[in-house]
Amino acid sequence: MTYLAKPKFHHPGLPKNDLGYTHRDYEGTVSTLCAGCGHDSITAAIIQACFELSIEPHRVAKISGIGCSSKTPTYFLGNSHGFNSVHGRMPSVLTGANLANRDLIYLGVSGDGDSASIGFGQFAHALRRGVNMAYIVENNGVYGLTKGQFSATADRGSKSKRGVVNTDNSIDLAAIALQLGASFVARSFSGDKQQLVPIIKAAIAHKGAAFIDVISPCVAFNNHAGSTKSFDFVREHNEAVNRLDVISGRMPIEVKYEPGQVEIVEQHDGSTIALRKLDADYQVHDRSAAISFLQHHAAKGQIVTGLLYMEKDADDLHGHLATVDTPLNALNEKELCPGQSALDKFNASMR
Amino acid sequence: MKNTDISDPQYFHKVVDCQYACPAHTPVPEYIRMIAAGRYGDAYMVNWKSNVFPGILGRTCDRPCEPACRRVRVEEEPVAICRLKRVAADFKEDITGRMPKPAARRNGKRVALVGGGPASLTVARDLAPLGYSVTVFDADAKAGGMIRTQIPKFRLPDSVIDEETDYVLNLGVDFRGGKRIESMKALLAEDWDAIFVGTGAPRGRDLEIPGRKEAASNIHIGIDWLSSVSFGHVTKIGRRVIVLGGGNTAMDCCRSSRRLGGEEVQVVVRSGFDEMKASPWEKEDAQHEGIPIHNFLVPKEFTHENGKLTGVVFEKVKAEFDAKGRRKLVNAGEPDQHFPCDDVLVAVGQENAFPWIERDAGIAFDEWNMPKVDEKTFRSSNPRVFFGGDAAFGPKNIIWAVAHGHEAAVSIDKMLNGEDITERPLPAVEVISQKMGIHEWSYDNQIDLDKRYKVPHRDLGIALKDIKSEVELGFDVNLALKEAGRCLNCDVQTVFNTPLCIECDACVDICPMDCITFTPNGEEAELRTRLTAPAKNFTQALYVQDGLKTGRAMIKDEDVCLHCGLCAERCPTGAWDMQKYLLEVTHAGSSCRTPRRSAA
Repeated sequence: MTYLAKPKFHHPGLPKNDLGYTHRDYEGTVSTLCAGCGHDSITAAIIQACFELSIEPHRVAKISGIGCSSKTPTYFLGNSHGFNSVHGRMPSVLTGANLANRDLIYLGVSGDGDSASIGFGQFAHALRRGVNMAYIVENNGVYGLTKGQFSATADRGSKSKRGVVNTDNSIDLAAIALQLGASFVARSFSGDKQQLVPIIKAAIAHKGAAFIDVISPCVAFNNHAGSTKSFDFVREHNEAVNRLDVISGRMPIEVKYEPGQVEIVEQHDGSTIALRKLDADYQVHDRSAAISFLQHHAAKGQIVTGLLYMEKDADDLHGHLATVDTPLNALNEKELCPGQSALDKFNASMR
Repeated sequence: MKNTDISDPQYFHKVVDCQYACPAHTPVPEYIRMIAAGRYGDAYMVNWKSNVFPGILGRTCDRPCEPACRRVRVEEEPVAICRLKRVAADFKEDITGRMPKPAARRNGKRVALVGGGPASLTVARDLAPLGYSVTVFDADAKAGGMIRTQIPKFRLPDSVIDEETDYVLNLGVDFRGGKRIESMKALLAEDWDAIFVGTGAPRGRDLEIPGRKEAASNIHIGIDWLSSVSFGHVTKIGRRVIVLGGGNTAMDCCRSSRRLGGEEVQVVVRSGFDEMKASPWEKEDAQHEGIPIHNFLVPKEFTHENGKLTGVVFEKVKAEFDAKGRRKLVNAGEPDQHFPCDDVLVAVGQENAFPWIERDAGIAFDEWNMPKVDEKTFRSSNPRVFFGGDAAFGPKNIIWAVAHGHEAAVSIDKMLNGEDITERPLPAVEVISQKMGIHEWSYDNQIDLDKRYKVPHRDLGIALKDIKSEVELGFDVNLALKEAGRCLNCDVQTVFNTPLCIECDACVDICPMDCITFTPNGEEAELRTRLTAPAKNFTQALYVQDGLKTGRAMIKDEDVCLHCGLCAERCPTGAWDMQKYLLEVTHAGSSCRTPRRSAA
């Protein structure tokens, strides 16, 4: 961390997006996490993704729980709405906010302790309901704030910094998200922004519950030999199934692809995802195949990254509930209380 | 690209733009930090060692350092380096005790310095403490040369010149004021071990157009007129004055005229206002004193009546560019203009003149009547005779004269120790980590946007009444502190240690200027296009360290780095460190000579 605010200076040739903002305009205050924390890289990736999507900062609500990961919304999108909620309760706060105002972009930021332990139930139900959000877990496998105890996502057999071997089975949040019906599931690595930034962009553009498990090494307590969440281990065991390029209507497609290697997926907001397959056999729209692929590779000690699953024509909670298009918080008394005659008519229809 | 070799002193030297641009390579950020810390005496000594005349240069330097300043690239206006130098001179404690002592023992070698200006005095300063018997000859009674005769007192008071020339002369230098050397042959016959010629460019160029002779009594050569003013021989000038020329001498002429009775003083230049040779701040100062500058006017004729000047006729011209982009001034097709005036000051350039060097004295001259002087050693075709300052390569400025003086002194010292003077000494370089604690550095790394502070000026009404009243008042302590805080400490270098890097991207994410990229290595031109922010300034280096674990290379664009040290603060493994790089030019003395081993 640093005590200094990042100087206001910026590179004179910094590119601007459609709104006239540079990526610096998407920053928050300076991070107080440990120097080299993977979470700061995820912060930078979120900043880059929002910059590239030309998102208006005031259209975003960033909601988090408790933990190192849940501190990070302070460090990005300083001009967005934010709610730093109770430990593990980000999903229900986010669900409530989303129900009240469906027009905002919801970023749920959580960690492995927040989502895989104290908030495991919350995590499950938000995904199960298909809340329209990008749910990002900054997964380092340890409790950093309390000095590095194993969290529920730590792999069985991995070693703590003190040399203790983890004997508990680990929770694979991506696999569970698949099982729970999330319509967009991805895994990435904080040390690979080229993969991570497009995944975040695609998740933001996705309508429905988008879940991203981002392996994020804890430099203070989980970046040693024997750890399975260290920079070195993840780089050595990374099994990327695909790479994405997210092309919003504003940016022309310049990359040329080999035929058969690329699948173009349209998103509901008009943007397209160009999916470059690295594993020719991987089927990105097959939920059960994805689950078994994950389990198969996890058994071999490999970390599968990339876009793991995407449901075509996904819908979200508002769709399931058939709510009105107007955000509920924008409905006024006249619309909510249409009067005695309307009530009588309604009651009559029930008789 | 190849890995950058940071052990080459030139690499980081270039990153310290101000020091690199300074002919004498004064360690600018080093003394600015001292000023910020209130260590004015220390700051003065750093300057004195490097440029000999901090108080003088702090008022008059041409400041090649300032356009080079990184603040220009990341903000707009450079740090007021020159005026901070003056702060060191103004607020220093008594530093006489810190000056070198005159040599206790003479080494028996005699060196003659012709001319008592900045070049000669620098040679004297470097050689006298080493034991050389140094004699300075000057036609004027007091030392200083053009510093004393041509720079108006309202820019540079005599007291400052006296103080700083005395520091040199008190080193046991024999100063022979009022002694003009009339013959090189005679001087050579006196059997000096070495002779240094620092006689400047003493002749002002004249303007031979019709009417010049007839109106001669009201047409004056700029630099001669300035020195007459300086010595008090001239105390007034006509009410309407035209100054011809666009250099700093012209600015001094017009501003002096304003103080000697010139009410309507105008400057007229041949070329465009923007192409004038005068420093921008000198033009500003002149305009501030109510002096208009007219451009694209070529003088055609002096008009006169009964032997008295009545004005100047000018032809209006415009700039045209030929196919090769060369500029030509052509008639603008407008009628000639007549500027009525009482006096004209001609400041259209300066020339060298060596009437006292007999052409058969054994010193070769070139086709332009300039002595043939080696650009590195400053030696003429006579191995015992050296040239420096304006006398060597034509008119430049004080700081160049100082730089020449240092180099000539090295040559003389090496020669008189029987060494090959073409082998030049390397600079002394020191690279030291500035880390004091986890978030603590031994320099102030908090960088803010902050506009350049203006130096307070004396009220115009008072300033114009007295030609000896200094116009610039200098920064006070508070302003100096603020201005010093604008320095980006470009000498505190970002040093990367490849094996320690775990490629966590922390430095990339925190860098406010997007200077750092981890990417596969490539050829420079192509690499520059795919960095975090494209590196389009080809004059600034890329710092390349290849061979990271993932096979990528760390590329840092030095161009707009703020030296804020956030990369190092964010680095979890200490792969980045902030290290102060201090380069000092080697001056005459034992360190400039080849080390000799004696058999034990």
